[in-house]
Amino acid sequence: MRLAATALALGLGVFAFAAQAQQITGAGATFPAPVYTKWGEAAKAAAGLELNYQAIGSGGGQNQILNRTVDFGASDAPMDPAKLESGKLLQLPTVMGAVVPIVNLPGIASNQLKLTGPLLTEIYAGKIVKWNDPKLVELNPGFALPNLAIAPVYRADGSGTTFVFASYLSAVSPEWKEKVGAATSVKWPAGTGSKGNDGVSATVANLKGAIGYVENAFASQNKLTTAQLRNRDGKFVSPTEAAFVAAASNGDWANAKNFAVNLIDQAGAASWPIVSATFILLPKDPKDPARSANVRKFFEWAYKSGDAIAKGLDYIALPAAVKEAALKTWSAEIK
Amino acid sequence: MSTTTETGAPPLTGRRGSNLGDTIFAALAKLSGIFVLAVLGAIIAALALGGSKAFIAFGPKFLSSNDWDPVQETFGALVPIFGTIVTAILALAMAVPLAFGIAFYLTELAPAWMRRPVSTAIELLAAVPSIIYGMWGFFVIVPIMSQYVQPFVIDTIGELPLIGPFFQGPPFGTGILTAALVLAVMVIPFIAATMRDVFDTVPAVYKESAYGLGCTTWEVMRSIVIPYTRASVVGGIMLGLGRALGETMAVTFVIGNTNRIATSLFGPGNTIASIVALEFPEAETGSLKLSSLLALGLILFAIAFIVLAISRTLLKPGMKA
Repeated sequence: MRLAATALALGLGVFAFAAQAQQITGAGATFPAPVYTKWGEAAKAAAGLELNYQAIGSGGGQNQILNRTVDFGASDAPMDPAKLESGKLLQLPTVMGAVVPIVNLPGIASNQLKLTGPLLTEIYAGKIVKWNDPKLVELNPGFALPNLAIAPVYRADGSGTTFVFASYLSAVSPEWKEKVGAATSVKWPAGTGSKGNDGVSATVANLKGAIGYVENAFASQNKLTTAQLRNRDGKFVSPTEAAFVAAASNGDWANAKNFAVNLIDQAGAASWPIVSATFILLPKDPKDPARSANVRKFFEWAYKSGDAIAKGLDYIALPAAVKEAALKTWSAEIK
Repeated sequence: MSTTTETGAPPLTGRRGSNLGDTIFAALAKLSGIFVLAVLGAIIAALALGGSKAFIAFGPKFLSSNDWDPVQETFGALVPIFGTIVTAILALAMAVPLAFGIAFYLTELAPAWMRRPVSTAIELLAAVPSIIYGMWGFFVIVPIMSQYVQPFVIDTIGELPLIGPFFQGPPFGTGILTAALVLAVMVIPFIAATMRDVFDTVPAVYKESAYGLGCTTWEVMRSIVIPYTRASVVGGIMLGLGRALGETMAVTFVIGNTNRIATSLFGPGNTIASIVALEFPEAETGSLKLSSLLALGLILFAIAFIVLAISRTLLKPGMKA
């Protein structure tokens, strides 16, 4: 009995302590969750703000902010402009990331295999089914590609990563755009599904001849075997930070409505073709102005001091001009 | 016993207050009973209401269409229904003979010192969380299937006429058969434990009489034990089937999560529970997708109900000897 009372008192004490830091809540995309979490830890010391972020998926994040159960929502796919309007939401970018193809081919090391967008589309459409297909051999003359079945692996759960990858396939192949399209989950014509970035990479690692796609952060931290892609300028590029930054800086931010910039298949000799921004969604009519001000304080801090953390986790920081424009819009739209 | 307490005979000690206690207890018990019905009704109502949009939009085609296309917003339930039923039936086909063997061995053949440890092991297996089975399936069974079992079977049985097509395709390792295999391992403990318990309830005198007439162990099993316990054995199998139908995590890991109907047992598929778990986080409020997922939930509910109904009717004629 006394033990229970002590535990209760302790619990209350912790609760009271936690309540002293200003809490803000967010929910949504899993892709930026690692950087938001790190930002949250750093901002607690630097700005006295405690972030409670729940990585429940982009769709879930959109639902939660539409219902106003969190202070901000987060989504990888830009929200439909009409929905932003009717939900009285403001959409702002936070960081960028890249999606990279990973393969499991005996004797082939990271960034040796060369692929193109149309070939990737044909592989995921189930049209190229063997690794020694003439089209693949022609691109990779230096390697003896085996007579091995290609096993395309995709995300089985609804995911922003799938949205970005399918957007790329749609951008390079009109046929894919018409028959399959891009969304957080699509009707895959071939292949097998796995849950999460870790599920896809584990399936690819398990299965000789498999090909998959994951967030770059995930691939680089787990030392997965990535492949080169041919970009819009016809150059083969490896998935490196320089290639991602090149693509990001070519984005037409100035003319993008709601900051929903298209970074897929950007021009530029050094550009990696599958890059995308991730977004936060903010209510234009905040119920509690104090909390809304804290959210602003948090992201202002993140824009100013969060780049190093983002880079450390293999994300790409926004260009300074974009951050400035975002904060300006924020001031104009949310009083 | 009950007649003496209920015939209005004056209570032995004059505790008048106990009447109030009885009333409160009876009311609470009644409420508990109603509560179960209310929860069941509320779940069905919530699923039906949530799924109504999908049923209205697609009509009966929702059940017969195999098209699951989130981009075009057309949804059909045939693939997950097919996957759910096929994996569950395959799992039972593998699990029931094995479970029967375990129970038969434990009750009739095993030396006394072995019965306890094996029984305990079975109960422990039943208590393992399904996520563990999923991980075990994914990291142990799937590589074995993709590297050894499937290539071998595809090259041998896959070449045969008639049954060949059921064993063809690329050796992903994941797929309908792997899911059924993991499900079988998961349901064996339930079925085996039930069978062992009910086999033990057969009165020794029946069995001894049969032995006395010169029956072999197998004849005693077939003619005495099984007829005597038939109802409970079917009940145990249905318990296993129920778990196989609704299993989510373990299946998600190994089934391949593909919304196509595979003709091959090695082909990937999907189950209702698995697709709901995977797609739910990205389904937006009020969308047709969310409604379709809730409708799938209702269908799973209906399948479970039908299984229960079938088991009840199976059990009816001549419950016990």
